[in-house]
Amino acid sequence: MQNNVLSSLKEHENKLLTIWSQLLLENGSTDGITEEEESKEFTSLLLDALRISNGNNQESEEFEKVHDLLIGISSSRAKRGFSPRENAQYLISFKEAASQILSELERDPVKLYDANLILGSVIDNMTIMTFEAYMKGREDVISRQIDEISEISTPVIRVWDGVVALPIIGTLDSSRTQVVMENLLQQIVDTGSSIAILDISGVPAVDSLVAQHLIKTVSATRLMGAECIISGIRPEIAQTVVHLGIDLTGIITKASLASALQTAFDMLQLTVVKRK
Amino acid sequence: MERIPILKMGDFLLVTIQVDLYDQLAENLESDLINTINKYSSKGVLIDISAVSIIDSFMGRILGNIAVMSKIMDAQTVVVGMQPAVAITLVELGLSLNGVISALNVEKGMDLLRAKMYNGDNQEQTYDDDNE
Repeated sequence: MQNNVLSSLKEHENKLLTIWSQLLLENGSTDGITEEEESKEFTSLLLDALRISNGNNQESEEFEKVHDLLIGISSSRAKRGFSPRENAQYLISFKEAASQILSELERDPVKLYDANLILGSVIDNMTIMTFEAYMKGREDVISRQIDEISEISTPVIRVWDGVVALPIIGTLDSSRTQVVMENLLQQIVDTGSSIAILDISGVPAVDSLVAQHLIKTVSATRLMGAECIISGIRPEIAQTVVHLGIDLTGIITKASLASALQTAFDMLQLTVVKRK
Repeated sequence: MERIPILKMGDFLLVTIQVDLYDQLAENLESDLINTINKYSSKGVLIDISAVSIIDSFMGRILGNIAVMSKIMDAQTVVVGMQPAVAITLVELGLSLNGVISALNVEKGMDLLRAKMYNGDNQEQTYDDDNE
């Protein structure tokens, strides 16, 4: 019998929608215009689903549609930068609005309680789903950013005929070292450069792991038949390297990119002279 | 049996490896090369591995062996044209091929060998661009 109440919600769709958007506005968990269409579609689909299945079978085809829509809404909200609270508020407000209408429609406390129970379980289930979708949306954003960072942060610059430079900005971890190494070696092959300068002035800290990565890169460059100079060694870095007991003796290290370039010129037996 | 050709170019020997090496082939190359050095009393060996896409630890060792053996017989070994992927693999395997001198391409490798020969320069250096 309580099913009748839930089913009859459909007849009050517009009212429900009004209360809901009112609540959303109060909570500040909506950005208005773009949401309205989505909310409308969601309400209509959900109420249809409730009417047909009476809230008993949440696996039904009608609910599938609602879930799909909801997942889409949540992940798009995640990308638009809504907070987790705002995202959860979205569905909870719906429950609040629906409860309000239910209590107006149903006077019998027991039936009202039952109807609310079913509604609660349906909405709770969806809240969990929203959250999963929300998290996934955020993770997608993060992994895309990681990709972008690793792409843009390893430019290989050709500073002279036969000399390439690679300024490293940010922490060097294993995966970045891999990208850096591949880019550098590929550029060495492409440009036929015999000297590569690795500038680490943008690396905040050098620990034994980072140093090991640098040594690997230098070894790989040497195997290719090019010489690798590490430049941009700041005083703090020199101190840490010595304190950690890292052996950099086999590697040419310079304090600045300028002196590294000078060394490169020496190796190539070039001189830069001032024009008279 | 399959063999890797060893070409004599004046004082140098030129070995271009065009196929992926398997263990037996590499061992044969090692002994052939040393015999050829002996035969012509060559002063330098240039090994072009630009077509080799896979080098494992065994191959790395063979390359190192060749370098050391030829050094004992007074010939310099230069490995040229290593692929980036191969270099990364070798480094990840912990083989930095100490004693093997590398050059980017055959041309630079030849320059390097010549410079080493005529300057009597035994210092290991992998850069060499002088056009003298």
